Parts: sequence; structure tokens; C-alpha cells
Amino acid sequence: MSIGASSTPIGKARGLGSAREGGEHWLTERVTSIALLLLGSWFIASILLLPALDPHTLVEWLSAPTGAIPMALLVIVGFKHALDGMKVFVDDYVHEAGSNFVINTLLLFLAVAGGAISLYALAVLSFGAAS
Amino acid sequence: MIVSILHRATGIALSVAGLAVLTWWLMALAHGPEGYATFEKASHSWIGLVVLIGLTWSFFQHLLSGVRHLVMDTGAGFELGINKTFAILTIVGSVVLTALLWAWLLGVRP
Repeated sequence: MSIGASSTPIGKARGLGSAREGGEHWLTERVTSIALLLLGSWFIASILLLPALDPHTLVEWLSAPTGAIPMALLVIVGFKHALDGMKVFVDDYVHEAGSNFVINTLLLFLAVAGGAISLYALAVLSFGAAS
Repeated sequence: MIVSILHRATGIALSVAGLAVLTWWLMALAHGPEGYATFEKASHSWIGLVVLIGLTWSFFQHLLSGVRHLVMDTGAGFELGINKTFAILTIVGSVVLTALLWAWLLGVRP
């Protein structure tokens, strides 16, 4: 009834119905958080249980599948969860559609680039540098 | 209220500084001993330690308040007393876990 007619925020929102999107984003954030609960605990436990934190021990740990695979998952899920979380933050404070799109796109590029660099580093540790 | 704000603040800290340090750390390891020496020098400086301890606390705070949010997503834990106790416990827990982890890393570990 009162679409756009009221000057108050609740008046503007009333009658619009749901946004019809965002549910998947909300759920993905929860699912990745549960995965990170496990992967993060694994990471902390590993750091605590390693005999030392010198580069030799760390490379030995992360070049074996038992270290490389969970770490790759931690990187992928970590960057995804960070991206989803940052989007909530940006959407809460940047309302102008253009700026919102630019910032969210920039964050997407940064997250994908950071994830790719980290996975490349893990590949080098497992298989050695190409040249 | 404060725990909710902390959840955001620590989430941003982990997203920006945490993932930057993680990426740098992995690249440093991939670069071999010389590359890792640069990272180690930075992480052993007092400012490096402050950043790492800050990120450790952020991680535990975000993890514990994240669990709190997951519980609240199910509709549980909204009673005032329980809600407040749970909120305070996330702060106590994150500080204790951070202290224990760094005590182990800097002192106790043989």
C-alpha cells in the first residue's frame, strides 16, 4: 500500500515483500563458518603440535598431503568466508548502487587473487617451482 | 552489543590483515630459506608479535562469537541472562586461549 509513499524507513520497506535473494548468501556464510571452525582448529592444533616452527619443519608439514590439503581448504574457504563477510559490511554502509558494486567487485578480485597466490605457494611447496 | 561489534571488527581484521599475513607466510615458505628469513625477521620484531598476537585474539574472539551466533540462529539463547553470560564468555575465552597459545609458543614449548 505504502510503496515509496512514506518518508520513514519502515514506511518505505512496508509492502515491498522480501528481496527474494540473499538467502543463499546467508546460508553459505554459516556453512563456511562451520568448515572454518574445523579447519581453523586443525591449523591452531598443528602449529601447537609441530616440534618446531623453523622453515624446514613447516615445509615438511605443508608439502605432505596431510598438511597441504587441509591448508588448501583453509585458504579457499577462508577467502570465501571473508568475501561473504566483507559484503555484509559493505552492503550495510555503502548504499549508493554504483559505489557498492565497485567496492564489492574490487573485494571479489582481491579475494580471488589472494586465494590464487596462496594456492600457488602451496603447489610450489608440494611439487616444486616450475623453473 | 560490544560482542556483536567485536565480531565485525575481528572479522574485518582477519579478512584484511589475517589473510594478507597467511598469503605472505605461504609465499615466504615457497621461496625457500632466504625468503622465509624475511618473514621471520618481521614476525619476530615487536610490532610483528603485536600483529600476530592481535590476529590470534581476533581469530579466537571471532570463532567463539561465531559459535554464539550459530546457536542464536537456531533461536536459542535469547534469554537476557543466558545471552549476556554467553557474550561475556566469548571475551573471557578468547583472552584465555590467546594467552595459553602464546605462553606455549614463547615459553613452555620444549
